[in-house]
Amino acid sequence: MASIPIPDINIGAIGPEITLCVIAMGILMAEVFSPSRKNRDLMGLVAFGGVVVAGLITMSFQGESFTTFSGTYIVDNFSTFFKLICLLATGLTILVSIRYCEEENIHEGEYYALLLFTTVGMLFMASGEDLMTIYMGLEVMSLSLYALAGYTKTRRESNEASLKYFILGGFSSAILLYGMALIYGASGTTKLAGVSEALMGGSVNTTLIAVGVVLTLVGFAFKVSAVPFHMWTPDVYQGAPVPITGFMSAGPKAAAFAAMFRLFAEAFAPLQNDWWLLLWILAAVTMTAGNLFALAQNNVKRMLAYSSIAHAGYILMGVAAANETGSSGALFYLLAYTFMNIAAFAIVGIVASKGEERVSFKDYTGLGYKYPLLGATLTVMIFSLAGIPPTAGFVGKFYIFMAVVEKGYIVLAIIGVLNAVISVFYYLKLTVYMYMRDERVETTKIVLQPSMIIALLLSLYGVLIIGLAPSAYMSFAKSAFLSF
Amino acid sequence: MVTAAHYLGLSAILFSIGVVGVLTRRNVIVIMMSIELMLNSANLLFVTFSNQLGDMTGHVFVFMVMAVAAGEAALGLAIVLTMFRNEETVDIDRISVLKG
Repeated sequence: MASIPIPDINIGAIGPEITLCVIAMGILMAEVFSPSRKNRDLMGLVAFGGVVVAGLITMSFQGESFTTFSGTYIVDNFSTFFKLICLLATGLTILVSIRYCEEENIHEGEYYALLLFTTVGMLFMASGEDLMTIYMGLEVMSLSLYALAGYTKTRRESNEASLKYFILGGFSSAILLYGMALIYGASGTTKLAGVSEALMGGSVNTTLIAVGVVLTLVGFAFKVSAVPFHMWTPDVYQGAPVPITGFMSAGPKAAAFAAMFRLFAEAFAPLQNDWWLLLWILAAVTMTAGNLFALAQNNVKRMLAYSSIAHAGYILMGVAAANETGSSGALFYLLAYTFMNIAAFAIVGIVASKGEERVSFKDYTGLGYKYPLLGATLTVMIFSLAGIPPTAGFVGKFYIFMAVVEKGYIVLAIIGVLNAVISVFYYLKLTVYMYMRDERVETTKIVLQPSMIIALLLSLYGVLIIGLAPSAYMSFAKSAFLSF
Repeated sequence: MVTAAHYLGLSAILFSIGVVGVLTRRNVIVIMMSIELMLNSANLLFVTFSNQLGDMTGHVFVFMVMAVAAGEAALGLAIVLTMFRNEETVDIDRISVLKG
């Protein structure tokens, strides 16, 4: 009798994912059996604890490199780096959310459970070594995010954001899936290493693979909100609850970049001469359009949405360069971006007050004098987003521009620098409102919870320490690339 | 004689109908149906290639996609329902609080 081969299963390798899943389901169960409101508010802390544990498990994999589950799941420095970024984004978002939930009267643990499920999807994407793992991770992440975007059910903006995100997210996933099907047909395998081998062998159907690569690129361009596939971003970012907006702009975007990196730098590496121009154009158009649209905004949330499109453009520059400095620069940038963007959105959430009424520039008038510490924190984040030294944003931009020049894409570097200059205008507009306008507007009293203070201090520390002493983080990012 | 090329052609046609449906229809429910059509056209592609290559991976992928499609449909209807409570419409053109 023939024995059934049992594939190699390494449960330890998916420890972080299992931890988060168990905690999320535990939260859902605790909801049912413990209806008192006081216990429910503890759910945020439970979720945060889960994220910390998952982070510690992930860190223990640093330096290792192996595939498991029949080669569909990979653990290497690259995945570890991205997982830590995703967990960092989730952890900060949970800390920020505790205040938001109190203010908006959200007392359900599902909010945190959905956040954790989103994170599970992101972790699987970062470790996906097979088209199937990447697709499933993407869907687990997206489905939870659609629900989170519409979490404040009575706000019409939130409903609309959720619906738009759902339609365009589903649309882009379907395009991505069709591309994956074509790649499978052309190469005969769904494993990334196998696809790369088949391409190297040269016996693949070029039409199928070309259409497949383009459709996959379009699918990912939607997910990272690259122009011209960005139309959902401003509406969704404006309508979704503020902590979720900050989260969407950092975590899921990093996960999508992780999967995109792996796909293009590993599976499609033999075709690099064909796809680099597509990414070059995508990067240039994305940052230019993002920055120009951001100039015209009056709503701070919407301005930050367009700014996040522009930042996706900078990161795409690193992907287009596809050399060591470019990849590690993009990784580094994503880490810095997670700190600064989540903190910026957190402060937007604080100023917005109940029902998210106060989100226009003029609501920030005099904020710097009335709440000096809050104003100073926001200013640091804004400087970092604009790329002014000595912040993390500056170092990130520096590495990416250096990589592009190294690769010889001088024009792209010039476009990038011009864009950085344009962006300073609308970022500083916010500081001008905070410090240089005389008229005072009515503000509600701002009280900060300990969780929010911790989140802001962590972000401040991250932005400044990465800006002042980037070498340790940079060598970690470099090792992540080398392990490929 | 039905060959693999016929299946590929059918799949491409279904996918195009789905894309056009998402881009031109105004009713949210019809848009959701169009997205399902796109997913199923990809499924057809997977099964065809799987059969051609004599490799089971494509079949497994299709089961995954079917599970995802079911979840997506459930979530989509829930989102439409919450929206309908506030707006009393499923016409995407009439849902436009956010713009600029």
